[in-house]
Amino acid sequence: MKPAAFAYHDPTSLAEASALLARHENARLLAGGQSLIPMMNFRYVTPDHLIDLNTVAGLSGIHASGETLRLGAMTRQREVEFSAEIGRACPILIEALAQVGHRQTRNRGTIGGSLCHLDPAAELANIAALHDATLEAESARGRRRLGFAEFAHGYMTHALAQDEILTAIALEPWPRGHGYAFLELARRHGDFAIVAVGALLALDARGNIARAALAISGLGALPVRATKAQDLLRGAKPTRESFLAAAAEAGKLDAMSDAYVSAAYRQHLARTLTQRALERAAQRAAEQPRA
Amino acid sequence: MSEIRRVAVTVNGKAYERSVEPRMSLGDFLRHELELTGTHLGCEHGVCGACTVLVNGLSVRACLMLAVQAQGQEITTVEGLARADGALSPLQQAFWEKHALQCGFCTPGILCTLTELLRDNPDPSEAEIRATLSGNICRCTGYQAIVDATLLAAERMRGEGGAR
Repeated sequence: MKPAAFAYHDPTSLAEASALLARHENARLLAGGQSLIPMMNFRYVTPDHLIDLNTVAGLSGIHASGETLRLGAMTRQREVEFSAEIGRACPILIEALAQVGHRQTRNRGTIGGSLCHLDPAAELANIAALHDATLEAESARGRRRLGFAEFAHGYMTHALAQDEILTAIALEPWPRGHGYAFLELARRHGDFAIVAVGALLALDARGNIARAALAISGLGALPVRATKAQDLLRGAKPTRESFLAAAAEAGKLDAMSDAYVSAAYRQHLARTLTQRALERAAQRAAEQPRA
Repeated sequence: MSEIRRVAVTVNGKAYERSVEPRMSLGDFLRHELELTGTHLGCEHGVCGACTVLVNGLSVRACLMLAVQAQGQEITTVEGLARADGALSPLQQAFWEKHALQCGFCTPGILCTLTELLRDNPDPSEAEIRATLSGNICRCTGYQAIVDATLLAAERMRGEGGAR
């Protein structure tokens, strides 16, 4: 349970980190280390060069400007979890983070590290899909922005180039008064979820559903948006019948099977958790003054 | 490949400097280089929580942090929780009185985790204590006595601090 030897680099600037990444083969970036270090301890991953982003200035911080919430890639999950500003602007993020690992791993784990690791059931990837978040990346060749759908390439694989570094995630929280819920089923608190559902609902002045977003993780390699369910909800009344119909659609999404959990059970969870998430989101929307 | 790095840290208020390989974990560094064997390593992949220490006041898994990353940081281990005169901290005292340990292997990590919790939240609910404890595995006792001890320590610490 000790990692293989590697050369350690502690750059102080993004330019330096990016140059190291471009120069060295078999190099890995170290963010919070809560997934990479276990994989190195198991020797699933044996980088020759480890480039530590913890010493790079300017990669962390919570910035709310206008309608956009921007989180630096090295912002610790803890910082977001305990941010009063996030609690007001994007409460679903806090509900999701409370289910990410444990207090000790959130103290160290970062927003960007989780997004790049891209575990199929990761809560933060779900949140990014739910909000159609934009990811910002940088290399010596310049900066670029990618939508989450473009960033999330495949099973635990992002679309950044070898020399690119994720610098931030930007998302637009829903307007004040929206309802939200993040629910998951894991075998133990803090484990990766079997299935997780993020739900956002906004009601119009008459109390009908004006806008609905549903993201489901754990069904396949990447979180998916339940678009048919969202379509059914838009314009409908927030009733048990509407939610059951939407949940039934969510339960028809393709699912994978593995040694522990069958596809049918994952679909069952997608249906059940979607229904519960919608009910909780609707209840929260009804309790709040609308914008 | 196996370069050697100089690491200077403060542990329990005392300054240390050692030369280590970058692949050495903070947990191994504390035990083998500084001979502070109160920090226990269980799983070495971030699951059991036995190796939890405080880095700049925050609970972290010492098996998932490299010693070189602790350069310039302030670390508190279980050896640093008691007062200078050797008197147990209120949390340690409550653990003793409530029999919140059996074999003691997980106890240093649990004490560090709960020390952080009680500092940030002097009046935690039982549910909050249990959620925080989810990152520490105890295989002897179950968690009931640990939760009881934490509630007792919190009550006493609020009393000492005066206002709630």
